[in-house]
Amino acid sequence: MENRNVDLSPAELLPILPGHNSPGRFERVLRAGKFAVTTELAPPDSADPAQVYERASVFDGYVDAINATDGSGAHCHMSSIAVCGLLTRAGYSPIMQISCRDRNRIAMQGEILGASAMGVSNILCLTGDGVQAGDHPQAKPVFDLDCMSLLSIGKKMRDQGIFESGRKLDHAPPVFFGAAANPFAPPYDWRPLRLAKKVEAGAQFVQTQYCYDIELLQNYMRRVRELNLHKRVYILVGVGPLASAKTATWIRNNVPGVHIPDHIIKRLAGAENQRAEGINLCIELIQQIREIEGVAGCHIMAYRQEQAVPEIVERSGILAERNKQKRTRNRSF
Amino acid sequence: MYRVRHWSIRNSRVLEKFYNGFEKLIVALHPLWNLIGYERLDKPVAATEKLVKGVLFDCQMCGQCALSSTGMSCPMNCPKTLRNGPCGGVRSNGNCEVIPEMKCVWVAAWEGSQQMNNREAISVVQFPVDHQLKGKSSWLRVAREKNDAQPATH
Repeated sequence: MENRNVDLSPAELLPILPGHNSPGRFERVLRAGKFAVTTELAPPDSADPAQVYERASVFDGYVDAINATDGSGAHCHMSSIAVCGLLTRAGYSPIMQISCRDRNRIAMQGEILGASAMGVSNILCLTGDGVQAGDHPQAKPVFDLDCMSLLSIGKKMRDQGIFESGRKLDHAPPVFFGAAANPFAPPYDWRPLRLAKKVEAGAQFVQTQYCYDIELLQNYMRRVRELNLHKRVYILVGVGPLASAKTATWIRNNVPGVHIPDHIIKRLAGAENQRAEGINLCIELIQQIREIEGVAGCHIMAYRQEQAVPEIVERSGILAERNKQKRTRNRSF
Repeated sequence: MYRVRHWSIRNSRVLEKFYNGFEKLIVALHPLWNLIGYERLDKPVAATEKLVKGVLFDCQMCGQCALSSTGMSCPMNCPKTLRNGPCGGVRSNGNCEVIPEMKCVWVAAWEGSQQMNNREAISVVQFPVDHQLKGKSSWLRVAREKNDAQPATH
């Protein structure tokens, strides 16, 4: 029965099981207790849908869902809702990222409805990087909501069938809501409690920032287990291959919220083939993360190394006992 | 006034006590506010509030003060105006992602909240900001709302 639950084409909209919120396969995988694997698609700087399909095809059969980022790093790209619309048409299961930086609550509630109408079952609510981090630092940062108020509004739309204003929806969006978490940034002792707050607001799964410091993660998870949060939210830990010691140093200094310890950079610098070593390191981290009680999956962010995702999934053995379900074209759109 | 702001957060416990007393006072003065008229009072009271809280907290006059839930650190000083805690971009030294030379408003809020009597307040999810209240007096709003919430005595 459990296998049947997950042995389905990714984008198919399934009957919503009791205790579930969405018709998506991703929620079923998590609720069935399988170690879930997600990844991230870099949206193209292009109006050509073929580029989205091309980028997604690399992941076909290797992941349970694909995140469509929403102007990540405050850079302009194809919008996440459009990427998701294309992905569901092509038979993939997307996680739509929606960031508070660029839109107010009127636009965001509209997007939740629109995404759901296009077959998106999973939405990840984010605060978003500041505009200073991107290619348009002169832009107006909106931040009408923060990720928690966005979550609570989304939950209200789904469970009570109303907008924030109280106006009724004709059809509530059956969405599995997620959020981001960063166990690797201060204040460390507050981070698990902040996760609790996100769960309270409506987060059902979280994907974390890149993990390169297993000890920090273990401390975080210990506290999470004490608070019994791992029973209330599915935690997918972020991982990713580092291309070289130089890239790692650059990321550490320039990407907000990413913590890379010195020993990781030293190890890469000492390797003959730094790219291969980055992949080895990523696989080792996944295997260590998998052993931590309360971790429900991993989120592989392989920016500019997307081709390495199948290898990482294969070699780390995380899908080993599972059917590698390829997509089938979705005929309902 | 960055320095004063941080002095206030360091003294969050004392300010919490003062604020609790002050709230009781303004709530008790409801009949007076009502007599003069809340609408008429809003401008002068808001101006006073802006001055006092501006000095103490770098208050941005959102009109729905959350200081008692944020360790006396005004969340509207966060460049992302987050109302529920720090984003994931906090630097390893505890400073802000957007303004690197400023201590994260929420790192400060956490420290302030842990000295206060009501340590749990920071864990309660805050509603989205009502932008219609910007510039209005938070004090008068509290006085009016607390009185409206009480059952009528006659």
